Amino acid sequence: METFIKVTLQLAGGFGTTLALFFLTLLFAIPLALLFAVFAGSSIKPLKYLMRAFIYIIRGTPLLLQLMIVVYLPGIAFNAPLTKWQIFGGNVATSYFCGALFAFVVNYACYFAEIFRGGIENIPKGQYEACAVLGMTRSQTFFRVILLQVIRNILAPMSNEVVTLVKDTALARTVSVVEIFFAASELLRVQFIIWPLFYTGVFYLGFSALVTLLFNMAEKKLSKYWK
Amino acid sequence: MAILEVKDLKKNFGNTEVLKGISFTMEKGEVLSIIGSSGSGKTTLLRCLNFLETADHGTISVEGKTIYDGESAVLRSEKQIRKNRLNFGLVFQQFNLFPQYSVLRNLTLPPELNASKEDINNSGGKTAFRKQLETKGMELLTRIGLAEKKDSYPCELSGGQQQRVAIARALMLTPDILCFDEPTSALDPELTREVLQVIKDLKNSNNTMIVVTHEMDFARNVSDRILFMSDGYVAESGAPDKLFNAPETAALKSFLNNSLN
Repeated sequence: METFIKVTLQLAGGFGTTLALFFLTLLFAIPLALLFAVFAGSSIKPLKYLMRAFIYIIRGTPLLLQLMIVVYLPGIAFNAPLTKWQIFGGNVATSYFCGALFAFVVNYACYFAEIFRGGIENIPKGQYEACAVLGMTRSQTFFRVILLQVIRNILAPMSNEVVTLVKDTALARTVSVVEIFFAASELLRVQFIIWPLFYTGVFYLGFSALVTLLFNMAEKKLSKYWK
Repeated sequence: MAILEVKDLKKNFGNTEVLKGISFTMEKGEVLSIIGSSGSGKTTLLRCLNFLETADHGTISVEGKTIYDGESAVLRSEKQIRKNRLNFGLVFQQFNLFPQYSVLRNLTLPPELNASKEDINNSGGKTAFRKQLETKGMELLTRIGLAEKKDSYPCELSGGQQQRVAIARALMLTPDILCFDEPTSALDPELTREVLQVIKDLKNSNNTMIVVTHEMDFARNVSDRILFMSDGYVAESGAPDKLFNAPETAALKSFLNNSLN
């Protein structure tokens, strides 16, 4: 029983890092994705194609590889390892965390951007035309009429991606971020107890359940308006 | 003075000439029906009047004032167009109500967003202004027989009810000329009647209206004048009785034959 509590506390510590990675990724990836979506749908052709090519590359390669590139490539290729960048004081763990966060943000922004673009393009033309003939400005049209419809359109695909993000954070352990999975592996390495590895699933499941619940609530709230 | 004067309106989409020089005038309180087969340019004409398309050439004047000139960059600017388009209201085939707002809010939102600071101050502040809009909205809803639906959402209404709300929403901005783009084409026959009834009532209260329609009975019985369009031109126009009983052009004769049988 005592080991159980000890292990739980240790894993909870790791899970704190998991949660930090999760929320910070969402916090930065969503605005970045809006920008990417605008670029990808831009009428400036070079910008549009560059953005789409970038999104294609990010979505076409494993996040694992992107993590390694961000965290290790500066050291290997340019002799400027991330740990020497003095990010937030230059603490090694912080440096790795920031590197991982950067990779997560860019990766998820690309996925979100495609969802946003789809959500915007699915708004019937008639909504814009109705706003126009009723004398609304472009920004009134977007913020007062279109935005909520976009949110409603993207809720289901976003819920998918966000739940995936919960689990993808486990990849951060490959670049030395001490999240929950890393913490469990440490218990195995140092104390030879294997079950905490499986016990991490409980944390992931619990959190995914919470995220799914929140999305369901939001969908229910919005479905009041639409059939 | 004519409330609306359209002169030599032309519109191309790429290499296709859709409007090849449309001219007509309307008097206040008149109901004008535009008929013609699909592809004849009647919807494009309506969209040019509402500035959803910008005509390439020609002028549009409301009460003697030129509000659009294909040659004038000033009158074609976005800001000017936004101001001028409020001379016209447009009711769409697909209603296009805002799904996230209640029926009453659909009515009050556009005038609220259009209001200037003076409008709001003159009516004694934001709350009072909103109250006024709601009163006006309720009057219109009562008139179209949907007062009890004020808190419903568009998806809870039938197509006919949605279209009536869309008409009320357009009326909230008191346009000089209310346009209808095939307002009943998306409706079942029994719902068509309630929408046409609303349009008839509007005629009785002296609204100026342009109706693009496939409902020949409606065009014949309700409109004061009919414009028959064919191939981007006004092929024939005049009183309904004249057009229906004594069509002059071959195009109108064959159109009537196909539509009435």
